[in-house]
Amino acid sequence: MPDPLISIQGLYKVFGKAPKTVMAAVKEGKTKDEILADSGHTVGLKDINLDIQKGEIYVIMGLSGSGKSTLIRHFNRLIDPTEGRLMVDGVDVMSLSPDELETFRRNKMSMVFQRFGLMPHRTVIENVGYGLGIQGVEKNDRDAKAQEWLETVGLKGYENQYPSQLSGGQQQRVGLARALCTDAEILLMDEAFSALDPLIRSEMQDQLIELQEKLHKTIIFITHDLDEALRLGDRIAILKDGELVQEGAPEEILLAPATDYVEAFVKDVNRARALTVETVMKPAAYRITADTIGSALEQMKKFKGDYGYYVNDDGYQGVILQESLEDAMPKDANNALCEKVYEDVESISPDSVLETIIPETLDTDYPLPVVNEEGDLQGQLSRSSLGEVLGASNG
Amino acid sequence: MSDASWLTDFPQMDRADLLTIRKTLDGAYREFSRSYGDLIESVFDPLLVFLVWFEKFLLASPWWAIIIALSALAFSATRSWKLCIGVVISFSLIGYFGMWDNTMRTMSIILVCTFLSIALGIPIGIAMARSNRVQSFVTPILDVMQTMPAFVYLIPVVMLLGIGKVPGVIAVIIYAIPPVIRLTNLGIRLVDEDVLEAATAYGANASQRLWGVQLPLAMPTIMAGINQTIMMALAMVVIASMIGVKGLGQPVLKSITNQYFTLGLLNGLAIVALAIIFDRVSQAYAVRSQRHLKGGHNA
Repeated sequence: MPDPLISIQGLYKVFGKAPKTVMAAVKEGKTKDEILADSGHTVGLKDINLDIQKGEIYVIMGLSGSGKSTLIRHFNRLIDPTEGRLMVDGVDVMSLSPDELETFRRNKMSMVFQRFGLMPHRTVIENVGYGLGIQGVEKNDRDAKAQEWLETVGLKGYENQYPSQLSGGQQQRVGLARALCTDAEILLMDEAFSALDPLIRSEMQDQLIELQEKLHKTIIFITHDLDEALRLGDRIAILKDGELVQEGAPEEILLAPATDYVEAFVKDVNRARALTVETVMKPAAYRITADTIGSALEQMKKFKGDYGYYVNDDGYQGVILQESLEDAMPKDANNALCEKVYEDVESISPDSVLETIIPETLDTDYPLPVVNEEGDLQGQLSRSSLGEVLGASNG
Repeated sequence: MSDASWLTDFPQMDRADLLTIRKTLDGAYREFSRSYGDLIESVFDPLLVFLVWFEKFLLASPWWAIIIALSALAFSATRSWKLCIGVVISFSLIGYFGMWDNTMRTMSIILVCTFLSIALGIPIGIAMARSNRVQSFVTPILDVMQTMPAFVYLIPVVMLLGIGKVPGVIAVIIYAIPPVIRLTNLGIRLVDEDVLEAATAYGANASQRLWGVQLPLAMPTIMAGINQTIMMALAMVVIASMIGVKGLGQPVLKSITNQYFTLGLLNGLAIVALAIIFDRVSQAYAVRSQRHLKGGHNA
């Protein structure tokens, strides 16, 4: 793996009058409640270690009070840690002087807030250009750039409105445009879509995914909504009471929850919508490589199955049932396998979301072949493995 | 002591001791004002020059020019014809009843006091909003300034600077400055944390936060403070006239001593007219400068 763009090591945050004095107790492993009772200090974050790669959407997930909003504010030091290291692109952020920190915030990161954080006394276009204004960019230049981003997020025509004249979704688009307008490499999104209603939220999620395909920013996204985390995240970290309980790719979280806490979370997720075929398919058991009907039937009898996937040098060709081979057997034994004996079945793509292939899987008696864009057989998806994965979500 | 009179009478200090304290303090202050009075007076000389010039300027300007200027100002601030007509009528009446010159004198001193109060008060308010220590130090001083009877702090001011315009201005400012300080402090402290955090996250430094976010968002509150300051300055006109400030206060003072009811009433009404005009103009200006507050979805 390449060096991470952002790396956090041994980060602790304790809130209270003299946080340093309780660090020993925190490290001894006393619980949050014990420390609160003993010293009146609140442990916000405890021994956080995480690495974020360039260009990924890294979702930090947790319920309210889990410390996720505290954590994201450490990335640009809106909150200073009690202890720990924070490296961004090779720079030790904790060592920056106040001036350097301002420059760092202006150029390296931009932020989108849960409650938008727009300036009510500035028009939409002035809000979008705010970051550039802070950098000292001339008004004409920043208006031109702000205009571009405003069009990108679909708010053309609203330039001279004030934020209070816009709906919540529109306001957050302004917030997003403001964040993108500075061209910062890293985007911090603090529950950016949580205040929006579900329909607008999923619209905004789509827009973010679409933008990310073009821009390849490094996005740190905070949410309390696992569905949102699974939808957006390349990697997901789950926080509980200020501790990182699990970190991994979405399907790892979903299929192998590390603790009861994560499991309880994962239980209610709509797996059919969150998982792709790739994550649940099994290796294709019955590959038929023989070329004639006779030898194919022989091969099939060896693996004691009544179906097989015919694969030749050109890749996956089709599904063959034992039945149809036997029907064709006496007279065509030496004929090559051809479309006549193939079953009338579409192959499925490894990237499809499970939800979209449920009907096909249920309609056929044998597992569906999973074939990638190059035409290679990647695996198979049976009714039973689908049922197993989807069924587990309800139990 | 064997007698138990302390149970019924409060055990008070010896009269002789009290007298000594008074004499010492008074003597010390008199000494101070004798040795530094001239110096302090000379510090305020530029202010006096300006006050005299401004008063002369208002008095020398033709009455119609002043009425036109005032109604134009009122219109540009409020966009209301009603207020404009009000200005014309009330100033015409003031002139007709022979109070023009006194009104100009009062207006000149009120405008200067207001300007100085804003110039001093807003920075003090900002400093208070930035530091809780400054706030806990300044707040009790403001409490004293607002509740101490004006006559009490007039004594040392007059001892130091004699009677005249400058001590008058100082007395008015002491009385009128607290609202603008308090409301500047309050306004800045009430600025939405989220907005300020956003500014910080985008790398705004302290002065960019102050000028770009805090002051503009605190402006409605600060304007309310300025409005209060103007009103309180006008209320001080009569008291200031006791230490030689010319204007509408002096005829009022004369009416009190001589029981001239009508004279008092007319000059009192002129002060009220000034107050109402200043109030409406400054409030309307505050509202108009906050266009973004007139919300309305997709208006």
